[in-house]
Amino acid sequence: MNLINLFVKSIFVDNMIFAYFLGMCSYLAVSKTVKTSVGLGMAVVFVMLITVPINYLIDNYLLKKGALVWLGSEFADIDLNFLSFIMFIAVIAAVVQLVEMIIEKISPSLYASLGIFLPLIAVNCAILGASLFMQEREYQTIAEATVFSLGSGIGWFLAIVGIAAIRERMQYSNVPKPLKGLGISFIITGLMGISFMAFLGMEF
Amino acid sequence: MEQKNTILPTNTHKLFTAPLNRTNPVIVQVLGICSALAVTVNLKPAFVMALSVTVVVALSNIIISQIRNTIPTRIRIIVQLTIIATLVILIDQLLKAFVYDISKQLSVFVGLIITNCIVMGRLEAFAMNNKPWNAFIDGLGNGAGYGLILLIVAFFRELLGYGTLWDYQVVPDSFYEAGYENNGLFILPPMTLIIVGIIIWVHRSRHEDLIEKQ
Repeated sequence: MNLINLFVKSIFVDNMIFAYFLGMCSYLAVSKTVKTSVGLGMAVVFVMLITVPINYLIDNYLLKKGALVWLGSEFADIDLNFLSFIMFIAVIAAVVQLVEMIIEKISPSLYASLGIFLPLIAVNCAILGASLFMQEREYQTIAEATVFSLGSGIGWFLAIVGIAAIRERMQYSNVPKPLKGLGISFIITGLMGISFMAFLGMEF
Repeated sequence: MEQKNTILPTNTHKLFTAPLNRTNPVIVQVLGICSALAVTVNLKPAFVMALSVTVVVALSNIIISQIRNTIPTRIRIIVQLTIIATLVILIDQLLKAFVYDISKQLSVFVGLIITNCIVMGRLEAFAMNNKPWNAFIDGLGNGAGYGLILLIVAFFRELLGYGTLWDYQVVPDSFYEAGYENNGLFILPPMTLIIVGIIIWVHRSRHEDLIEKQ
């Protein structure tokens, strides 16, 4: 039950875009058509789902204070937490590289549709953000971390597809000239964020 | 742009001032928005964040520019990320040691400087093919341009949301007695996006060549 709650919460309430503005750069740059944004959204869900559990294991069995206790009792008070940024980003860059190669081998058609977006993802703040939130909120089990990463990924996916659809329609509307393109996208995202706040405080 | 009384040689001066206005990283180049928006409820954390980003951009620009000819192109992203991550770890430890409260407030966003597109963007666009000194100035300029937007947004959010500036109360008590209320909407995240949208509106009406066609 707790897991379902966490899942819904990370999609709607703690939405990566609307509550934390993570991954805004690619969100604004790639949301011109629905088709490309679906591709990028899927790639983000995929990479997030892999990297957060890996980083969870690294954090809990290597970096945290006392995490190295499985090596022997003399390692009990080693605290490598300051290394977590560099470890997380290395894992993310490596996984992105690996995923790219695997997809290219297994499914060339998926690779063709995701291809250009995969390298971009290494520097997508949402991915690193998910790992850092996982560390900060101290999830108790790997199941929680996985559910959280899946939910956040799906939330990001929904947000980018939503804005892409709105932007496609927007071409027919009469926006004040200086607001065209970037400016109005910001304001729409803000309005979408306000509507997403309706989910605040919901329990499942 | 005509400049009088420049302290630095004109070229260098331009490198520094262009990102403040004409090529602002946040509202024109669309870089580094992620972290720009989440830390702007109060002026103080916004200022610390802006300072940290400036330091990271400037220093990583110098370092990358020094070794730009020896980095193999294929693995340059990993090299860049490692250097940035190292600098960010230093900043994070410094913040924790000297301004612990603010470091708690910024939480994950210090770590997210690593993936802040400004840093990567300037490295790729500028430091990879320019001399260290110019790269340093470019980094400073872009950091300052980013900070400028951050401070503008934080100014309005703190003033309208809490009635304070830099934690000092500026809206007099008599206003509250007369029925004035702080606007809670400005404390919520979505309002930031709308403020940035309005900044873009003002900026583009002053620089008409930046208006998008489509």
